[in-house]
Amino acid sequence: MAAAISIANLTKTYANGQHALKGVSLEIRPGEIFALLGPNGAGKTTLISIVCGIVRPTSGSVLVEGHDIRREFRAARECIGLVPQELAIEAFETVRAAAAFSRGLFGRAPDPACVERVLHDLSLWDRRDDILMTLSGGMKRRVMIAKALAHEPRILFLDEPTAGVDVELRRDLWELVRRLRDQGVTIILTTHYIDEAEELADRIGVVNHGELVVVDEKRALMKKLGKRQLTLTLQEPLAAVPVGLAEWRLALLGNGHELQFTFDAAQEQTGVGPLLRRLEQLGIGWRDLNTRESSLEDIFVSLVGRGARA
Amino acid sequence: MSLPAFNRHGVWAIYRFEMARFLRTLLQSVLTPVITTSLFVIVFGAAIGSRMAEVDGVSYGAFIVPGLIMLSLFTESIANASFGIHFPKFTGTIFEILAAPVAALEIVLGYVGAAATKSVLLGLIILATASFFVSFTILHPLWMLAFMALTAVTFSLFGFIVGIWAKNWEQMQFVPMLIVTPLTFLGGAFYSIDMLPPGWRTVALFNPVVYLISGFRWSFFGTSDVSVQVSLAMTAVFMLACIGVIAWIFRTGYRLKT
Repeated sequence: MAAAISIANLTKTYANGQHALKGVSLEIRPGEIFALLGPNGAGKTTLISIVCGIVRPTSGSVLVEGHDIRREFRAARECIGLVPQELAIEAFETVRAAAAFSRGLFGRAPDPACVERVLHDLSLWDRRDDILMTLSGGMKRRVMIAKALAHEPRILFLDEPTAGVDVELRRDLWELVRRLRDQGVTIILTTHYIDEAEELADRIGVVNHGELVVVDEKRALMKKLGKRQLTLTLQEPLAAVPVGLAEWRLALLGNGHELQFTFDAAQEQTGVGPLLRRLEQLGIGWRDLNTRESSLEDIFVSLVGRGARA
Repeated sequence: MSLPAFNRHGVWAIYRFEMARFLRTLLQSVLTPVITTSLFVIVFGAAIGSRMAEVDGVSYGAFIVPGLIMLSLFTESIANASFGIHFPKFTGTIFEILAAPVAALEIVLGYVGAAATKSVLLGLIILATASFFVSFTILHPLWMLAFMALTAVTFSLFGFIVGIWAKNWEQMQFVPMLIVTPLTFLGGAFYSIDMLPPGWRTVALFNPVVYLISGFRWSFFGTSDVSVQVSLAMTAVFMLACIGVIAWIFRTGYRLKT
């Protein structure tokens, strides 16, 4: 199946000399939820803005459903809905008029039933005749999403959609994203909330310093880069890690009461069994143990940290 | 679904959106220029004009009516069009216009079309208002409407450029206040340029506003400072210059896209 979005060697250098993107290549599959992670200033918004036609690329190409964003900008843009980071809406319009405006702008004939459906989906129907400036921040965020969905896009960009919203709205938005995916909409999501990516995404891309550090299936990424940690609570505290345990590179924590072993869960020989046997040989008793798998956040921090040190 | 070569729904959306703002602020949009024009007509036309001789066979009160309408037409066209495009830049909602499948021509048609419509409506309201204070006839009503529309479109194009160029609200005020208003007052709104000394008459001919007011006044009274053909040609030149600048803006993304 052809890619929903195909990005090849995309670079962007701003007038001030900042290299926002350094040769990014990426394919977004139709119908997937793709999470783009990265620290502030990594290039996520620049990447989205180029695909949507707001920022001009310095070099490289972008195809949206096979249409070049410059040569066939109409065909490319009509597929896309964009919810930007900033809350930017016309203050004096009503909710319904704002959504109808966006639908028309994207070349779709007026369809009050469609606008009504979108407003219902976002719990905005009861506020349809309210002036936008009278709405709360969360409601304005819903309006922005309604505007992006009003022309029934096949690809939806959500740039930090849940930044600064309350828990209820966050859950509602997650639910909406899943519903849209079930309807076949491709969703590209940038977020600072790793748990959001972990909860929603099929695939994850990490951008740092304008480069795509990694792209993979969420599960594969967590399996490949994820670590597990075994923590042993000791019966007696240790002053230092005994020399006989050096090969496991253990960390001594909790004022000498805990030994922590980090290992690769994907390896056939994790080293856990030999470690427990060696502890017994050395007469080091333990009264509790627990294991923990590294979260996507741990992986993200390690990837971004690695990039920062490079 | 694929869009046709012309995104008429997009143009209509922008046009209707801009007209909705006009209707929301109808009172101040209409009342302010109507009061201003009424004051001009009363002060210059009735109070001072009664002591002045006729100009080209027309009473002074009637003579200034086309100039006053043009004055409002210039300022309102520039203000409407510049505000229309500057406001979304200011609030950030311009992203939606830039991300939509609308071509530069369609964006201009929506914004400039709405600004020009508002200006023409206002011009007609001012014309009706002036008729309460002074009596005049319009010899060429169709030409009068044509001049009105041409001027509104041309200065709305100019206002569109100002709205994109301006980085803030101060710059938005700069062009109308420091350039357009002086050019208008020196463009024969209140006098015939034949009344100027010969040297200043030559200088006045470099003022594009002279041609607009002259042509418009001809449609009322059949007399003009310069020939109607020259007026039309100069207006067309100014319009083409504005179109050229706007085409350059969209080609380069000047102050719209990084």
